[in-house]
Amino acid sequence: MRSRVRAGCAAGVVALHALLLPLALPPAALAAEPALPLMLPGAPTSMDDPTPVQLDVDVYVPEVTPAPAVLLAHGFGGSKEGVAEEAQLLVEAGFVVLAYTARGFGESTGQISMNAPDFEVADASALIDYLASLASVTSDSAGDPVVGVAGGSYGGALALMLAGYDDRVDAVASDITWNDLETSLFAQSAAAGVQPGVLKSLWTSLFFSSGLGLRPGGPVTECGRFTPAWCAAYVEAVTTGVVSADSSALMAASSPRSVTDQITAPVLLGGGQSDSLFPLSQTNANAEQIVNAPVKVVWHAGGHDGGIAETDRLRELNIAWFDAHLRGGPPVADDFTVSIREASALSDRDPGTIEILTSATYPGPYGDSVAEVTVAGPPQQVLAPAGGAPAAITSLPGAGGLASLAGDLLAVPLPGQTAAFASEPLPEGTRIVGASRIRIAISSDRPVDEAVFFASLRIVSAGGRQSLPQGLVSPVLIRDLGPAPVTVEVTLPTIVTDVAPGDRLAVVIATTDQGYRMPPGPAVYSVTAAGSLLVPSLAGTTSSAGLPVWVWPAGAAAITVLIWVVVALLRPRGRSASQAARPDQADIPLAIEDLAKEFRGGIRAVDGVSFNVPPGVVLGLLGPNGAGKTTTMRMAMGLIRPTSGGVWIFGEHIQPGAPVLSRVGSFIEGPGFLPHLTGRQNLNLFWRASGREGGDPQLETVLDIAGLGSAIDRKVRTYSQGMRQRLGIAQAMLGMPDLLVLDEPTNGLDPPQIREMRKVMHDYAASGRTVIVSSHLLSEVEQTCSHAVVMNHGLLLYSGTVAELLVGRSGLRLEDVFLELVGEGHRVDQ
Amino acid sequence: MTATDVSYNARATLTVRVELIRQLRRRRTLVAFVLAVALPLIVVAAVKLGPDARAFGDGDLDLVGLATAGPWNFTLTMLLFASGFLLTIIAAMFLGDTVASEASWSTMRYLLAAPVPRRRFLRSKVIVGLILTAVTLLILVATAFVVALFVFGSAPLTSPLGGSFDVATSWQRLGIVTAYIGIQLLIPAGIAFLMSVLTDVPLGAVGAAVLIVIILNIIDAIDALGDLRRLLPTDYGAAWVDALGQQVVWNDMAIGVSYAVVTFAVLVGIAVLRFDRKDVLS
Repeated sequence: MRSRVRAGCAAGVVALHALLLPLALPPAALAAEPALPLMLPGAPTSMDDPTPVQLDVDVYVPEVTPAPAVLLAHGFGGSKEGVAEEAQLLVEAGFVVLAYTARGFGESTGQISMNAPDFEVADASALIDYLASLASVTSDSAGDPVVGVAGGSYGGALALMLAGYDDRVDAVASDITWNDLETSLFAQSAAAGVQPGVLKSLWTSLFFSSGLGLRPGGPVTECGRFTPAWCAAYVEAVTTGVVSADSSALMAASSPRSVTDQITAPVLLGGGQSDSLFPLSQTNANAEQIVNAPVKVVWHAGGHDGGIAETDRLRELNIAWFDAHLRGGPPVADDFTVSIREASALSDRDPGTIEILTSATYPGPYGDSVAEVTVAGPPQQVLAPAGGAPAAITSLPGAGGLASLAGDLLAVPLPGQTAAFASEPLPEGTRIVGASRIRIAISSDRPVDEAVFFASLRIVSAGGRQSLPQGLVSPVLIRDLGPAPVTVEVTLPTIVTDVAPGDRLAVVIATTDQGYRMPPGPAVYSVTAAGSLLVPSLAGTTSSAGLPVWVWPAGAAAITVLIWVVVALLRPRGRSASQAARPDQADIPLAIEDLAKEFRGGIRAVDGVSFNVPPGVVLGLLGPNGAGKTTTMRMAMGLIRPTSGGVWIFGEHIQPGAPVLSRVGSFIEGPGFLPHLTGRQNLNLFWRASGREGGDPQLETVLDIAGLGSAIDRKVRTYSQGMRQRLGIAQAMLGMPDLLVLDEPTNGLDPPQIREMRKVMHDYAASGRTVIVSSHLLSEVEQTCSHAVVMNHGLLLYSGTVAELLVGRSGLRLEDVFLELVGEGHRVDQ
Repeated sequence: MTATDVSYNARATLTVRVELIRQLRRRRTLVAFVLAVALPLIVVAAVKLGPDARAFGDGDLDLVGLATAGPWNFTLTMLLFASGFLLTIIAAMFLGDTVASEASWSTMRYLLAAPVPRRRFLRSKVIVGLILTAVTLLILVATAFVVALFVFGSAPLTSPLGGSFDVATSWQRLGIVTAYIGIQLLIPAGIAFLMSVLTDVPLGAVGAAVLIVIILNIIDAIDALGDLRRLLPTDYGAAWVDALGQQVVWNDMAIGVSYAVVTFAVLVGIAVLRFDRKDVLS
């Protein structure tokens, strides 16, 4: 039976996990398909060295070939290993996958040219040549394989550039990458503002240092694996803040912007909402410039700053995109999808849930409708501190997931360095999707060559809490600012957020941000909002990513019902026909047959005991301590399940809770009461709990027997041992049951009370009822009982009348006979 | 004579009403209720009389910072304070001590021999334990609300996530949060109830349940376990905050409710099957 219980529990647990596991866990690592490692020749090493670079390549071949191919490019500082997981998914979806390490990284030779057309892009073309030579790759024509290219960040730019330069590319999936390297690294958020803008010094140096390939204990070099030209451009930019014409040309050549109009393959273009390196404005520029090919734009919740990684959804989307455009799979709409974060407030680690907003067309950075929100505030003076420090911290480049947290925690503006222009509380909830714009008038107390400020859109709750969505700010650079105010139109960061009714929008102008290069000189600026805030919004249909909500409660309800049914089915029942009711014995108060109980450890407390108790007698159950008397009584009351044999009371088989037990009053191994209630309350509540509705408890009679006097209304915890004992016997007699079972009733009673108890039992039996008394006080039994059962070591030694027990042993007292019997018992035992 | 006492009715044994009377007069019941009344009073006194009353609360959740905004905010803050530990212990106590204490008083054998059918015995115990837990929760909510109404005025709920609500929505959100926290208490309640059936030592049952909940919370705080922690039933204890946004976000709360209900059902199911076959030796 226990094993059935265990099985039932186990089934419940398994069911629970079967329901929950697939939902709660990330997909298990997939069995690795064997990849074929190769070194393949790429484009020339440099302008002066025509030897081709050697590219470290993995080729994955699906089960069914020929198949279309996908070229996988990695992110900056990574290698082909970084895209191995994605390659596995693609090859399982039936594509030939070529994952490679770009020149200048990992095992590939050559130097980093930042996706220069003659080098990295030409390398990728060489790899397409290689794919064209494979029989396992389907082809459009000779030398033109069916091939898509995918990558994120550095690889994303490569994908776009390759599609621009090599018209053999049939589909592109490019994520979180740049459109123009110069505007990415030198940001300028003023409309028609001067270029280059404000250097993202922290991001740029992080980017550069990850390309140096420095290792602990390894050689230390200034330029690492960068080409001399790129190294010089970097050093020049960070030391002087100047972008020379040469540097500008380098960056222009390595920007998709230069070839976006050449792209004819359909492009899946991803942008990250948590990205201060290549923000959504870069994604937007790519989307607007690719005019000769279908483009699907996705603003997901990730990015270089971390955010919420939607890896699984984006990978599925990539596969669907290639499936549609490389082998005629189900079409993927060229619509625009935006991930809306549903804030899960407490969660420092729970990323919250994502809702997907879909719009049929890509609306651009300013949404499909624009609301004018008045922001007010007096002209404010802000200090641009000398040396640009202390500086506000809005994001932590390179910190990954920490960065978005920082956006909330660290975005507190520094006093004296910020001007804020707040709106009235918004009357209704607003969903901002895109970049807000505002005109700002600014002047300086002294002429400065460069004035830099950082504009951001913050949400201020009714409680005064400020939040800076995704920690994004818009840097603005103005040249030659003096006391005469200059008005600039500032494009605020592109954000996706829900603003609650009652919250305010605030445009905050700060003079510092530690992520950027700031002019060294001090200055005090006067800032005024010179117009309304234009807030973009987007209509569309929303759908939740993941399972519908009702699945969980429905599953829980199903499991609960299942458990209910299992528990109901496992209800213990009578065991066999031999233990069924015996109507012919309806007048026998107690019949015990072959009763045995073996406890854990093999101790047989009761061993094959059989006896009957006739009605209207007082029967003594005798035996030394450990004889099995109490265990027998507990089995008679259904408290312990016999190992074998059975008990019948008035012809009814006894099992736990057998209804016939309502005709039995019991007192077993001492009294049991609720200590916090009085004796009377205890008896009352016990009677009410015993289910004998309408029956007469005969409380007064019983209380007389207990003889507690006024103490009956005192709490039981104040009672002496004897008082509890008497109350326990009184409880057993409640309702005057037909059978009374008393275990050691006289323990703790004084001699007059013992005498009284004897009379009570005698009178009780005289009314036709039956009393079973167990005791080790033999003289008492001799005086009280007409019948006796003698047990020792779990064995029955005698069952019959006391008189018969003493027959032929004249002069002997019960005690002597008992000792004789028990002695025999020992012999029997041996 | 008939086979059984004419008036015996198994369905009338140990009714919820009788069990409620038996439990209500216990000191620990009273103590739980008094704690639920005292907590809001102590916090209000601290806010009003403390040396630095203005600095009240600056937790990661601004709910605490907004505690004095009005009765709904204050009540939610009390729920936040109490749900972590106090309510867990109270739920564990009401369900953990219930069977074990009957065993330790020796009253269980008399009830079962009365006879109260074993499953009916557990049924009354579970229902009364849950009623007392719910009543304690409601006392806490009611006291906090009334006290705050007098002390902080009647401004409706201001959300820590931004925005404020009208009175009807404030009630709705407070109701959702209270209900969710109540349902989450099924987890310690279930653990405690199973322990109560497995042991005859009342404090042992309560202590073991609290210990298990604490261990679950510690495991839940180990970042290295990552998403595995989402399998812990206690991982969703704080999801009620999702009821405070402009839109109620049901996702996590739906999972939390499902987990709590299933966990409770499994544990009580095991307890019932175990108790069915238990030799009552106490």
